[in-house]
Amino acid sequence: MTLDGKVPSGPIETRWARHRDHLRLISPANKRRYTVIVVGTGLGGGSASATLAQLGYNVLAFCYQDSARRAHSIAAQGGINAAKNYGGDGDSVYRLFYETVKGGDFRSRESNVYRLAELSGNIIDQCVAQGVPFQREYSGELSTRSFGGALVSRTLFCRGQTGQQLLLGCYQAMMRQVSEGSLKVFPKKEMLDLVVVDGEAKGILVRDLTTGEYEAYAADAVVIATGGYASVFNLSTNAVGSNVGAIMRCYKKGALMANPCYTQIHPTCIPFAGWFQSKLILMSESLRNDGRVWVPKKKGDKRPPHEIPESDRDYYLERKYPSYGNLAPRDISSRAAKEACDDGRGVGPSGYAVYLDFRDAIQRHGRKVIEERYGNLFELYEHIMGEDPYAQPMKIYPASHYAMGGLWVDYNLMSNIPGLFVIGEANFSDHGANRLGASALMQGLADGYFVLPYTIGDYLATTQPGKVKPDNQEFKKVKEDDEARVNRLLSIKGSRTVLDFRIELGRLLWENVGMARSEETLTKALEEIPRIREAFWSDLKLTGSEKDLNQQLERAWRLSEALDFAEILTLDARERRESCGAHFRVEHQTPDGEALRNDAEYSYVAAWEYKGEGEKPAMHKEPLTFEVVQPTVRSYK
Amino acid sequence: MRFHLKVWRQEGPEAPGRFFDYDVDDIIPEMSLLEMLDKLNEELIKKGTPPITFESDCREGICGTCGMVVNGSAHGPQPKTTTCEIRMRHFQDGEAITIEPFRAAVFPVQKDLIVERAGLDKVIQAGGYTSAYTGTHADANAILVPKDDQEYAMDAAACIGCGACVAACPNSSAMLFVAAKIAHLGTLPQGKPEEASRALSMTEAMQEEGFGACSNHFECQAVCPKGIRVETIARLNRAFLKASLKRLA
Repeated sequence: MTLDGKVPSGPIETRWARHRDHLRLISPANKRRYTVIVVGTGLGGGSASATLAQLGYNVLAFCYQDSARRAHSIAAQGGINAAKNYGGDGDSVYRLFYETVKGGDFRSRESNVYRLAELSGNIIDQCVAQGVPFQREYSGELSTRSFGGALVSRTLFCRGQTGQQLLLGCYQAMMRQVSEGSLKVFPKKEMLDLVVVDGEAKGILVRDLTTGEYEAYAADAVVIATGGYASVFNLSTNAVGSNVGAIMRCYKKGALMANPCYTQIHPTCIPFAGWFQSKLILMSESLRNDGRVWVPKKKGDKRPPHEIPESDRDYYLERKYPSYGNLAPRDISSRAAKEACDDGRGVGPSGYAVYLDFRDAIQRHGRKVIEERYGNLFELYEHIMGEDPYAQPMKIYPASHYAMGGLWVDYNLMSNIPGLFVIGEANFSDHGANRLGASALMQGLADGYFVLPYTIGDYLATTQPGKVKPDNQEFKKVKEDDEARVNRLLSIKGSRTVLDFRIELGRLLWENVGMARSEETLTKALEEIPRIREAFWSDLKLTGSEKDLNQQLERAWRLSEALDFAEILTLDARERRESCGAHFRVEHQTPDGEALRNDAEYSYVAAWEYKGEGEKPAMHKEPLTFEVVQPTVRSYK
Repeated sequence: MRFHLKVWRQEGPEAPGRFFDYDVDDIIPEMSLLEMLDKLNEELIKKGTPPITFESDCREGICGTCGMVVNGSAHGPQPKTTTCEIRMRHFQDGEAITIEPFRAAVFPVQKDLIVERAGLDKVIQAGGYTSAYTGTHADANAILVPKDDQEYAMDAAACIGCGACVAACPNSSAMLFVAAKIAHLGTLPQGKPEEASRALSMTEAMQEEGFGACSNHFECQAVCPKGIRVETIARLNRAFLKASLKRLA
């Protein structure tokens, strides 16, 4: 299989414009004859559903939550990047493009990243027109702040609730289309499968989470916007319902899974306290604008933080990366925290935490300014930890957060299955091996508002609308398969709960496929995963029935897919024998412990093809070429 | 820590429900209330008993999915806290804790602690948006927004759509929910042009969906996990009155 990314050629500044000008169009009167299914209602799915419906397509949007306003994009705190140069500090589209390619450690497609940077400004204009209340200065102009991996101030924000406000913008635009009749929202329906007819994506099978009934929906194209896979680590910053089910079902129907080993571990989260935890809560990276990260210089220093004098503190990010300091990118900051803790200098009861200290910022700016900037985050911290971060430093530790990998797509965001589009975190396209802060919101909205609505027309124009109906044989077959799989889960009647298996898998991955990976740990994980899967399919205990609201069954279905996904993630991590971005192989590091890339052998996208149950998937390579930015050693020193 | 729980169980919308008693042990103060329920559920499943069905997603107080009545108060007794944010250290060791679903005729119970809240989406569909289509707009800095207005809009926009205000109101009114949206959009220049029609259509939709009227009990403000204030309701009333008079004229 040759992977054609359909990347346009010519000067990078005009690639998108020229490409867009030559995409096929569908006349306004004909658009309503085409039905598009969108799965997921986060920033990607929400913006796409609203925009496609405005354009006149007949849109069906699905989500597992009880309303389209609740997808996990809502929890994004810090902000959204835009190359507006509002900070007056020399920002430009090129600079955002450059920092994103560099931040991704030269493992992303230049053309995609340039388009993303180019669209970043439109997104802000769009959101302001929708009534998103971005933070303003006394002049009435928009405020910006800095994020990790950037040397300029280009992040716009709504206090610590930026994701919420952007998502409500999408949701409200969706609700208007619902009232106009061009969009139907189906909450509490979970996609069980993709239906492929004659090699093209033509519908989905869902399970109604209230009644347990299976329902078939046919369409002319299917858009997957179901987010990432950080939840396979069990404890992550994702919502408890976030899962890999939809992307895995597409994979099993022939869509390629690209770069699954690129998983972002976010440096500033509430530390792990015990396996009873249902998730790890993120504290926005924006806190690193004013907070200083440190650990004691001496191992096992158990003094309370205020008793440790300056001379005994190691501000390790400032020491190791003087030019970026506390704003070093996420992968680098996370690894540095792990190193300090592995060295016995971690703090807190478990020794797996570092301090994020606001003492100096409060002295410099006063408590009021800090309150204005981070008030709700400080409140959140106090809620959870029972400690006042104004009086003593926060304790933080890295946690699994975001998936850079995902389903493979071309420049049009279409997967290798014609008619199957993948947007937002669910695809692999823009962040390479590491995503910079405040870029996830940007990508979700760029894909949904400004890319997919154009590119999907190019595909639809080649198809006959309404060709496939839900009574097609393929829907029947998929339903039989999935019903059998659901019943198999219910018939095991073993002794262990879903959560039991979820914790076992998560712990295995965190320890062996987490922030530092080696041939040995990855091989161990590849041996263990099939064992856990076998135990799952032979000893799972579920209660209740199929035709009911049965949350255990939902979770079992999702975990069964996570078990399969974990194996591709680990395999991809083992096959990539280099360190790049968030993928750190201990065998491949520089003498001072930085990631050592191998461009000669690994400058490619690894796209995995499903070969059947129990079979090893096949890897296809899409070579990455760099015409504008020459790959260099990524230095933040 | 140990607790005695009284939890509402109901098999389906038509089935009768009642409180069940559970004793939970080995609870760590850092645990959240929902993590305590997770733990209890694990024990129930192992015994072959159907676990308690409840909704939650983000578990950090922002998605608005969770929502139940804890010790008689929507989202529990702590101010400005969602159910998922409640930590067990706020309870006394050995305390009895009562957990039941949101109680409002407009929010029918689906199972155990889950209620149906689709009415809130219908109210937003009636006008809780600006009519700016996706496309090219003026530069985001072209229209200045006074900082105070933006802060006020943000305070109101923080609503998470959980429905606690409805559950706490003796009339099951969604006035605070509607007022928050009117205040959010109406304060900003981008939302101002449609303020009058929005106030009318959203208020009418609220009534059509079966939500009651406001009779100034202010229970909504007391339980709102995001601290939305009842002053927004006064603003809604003004906008509604102005729009109604305009319609008459």
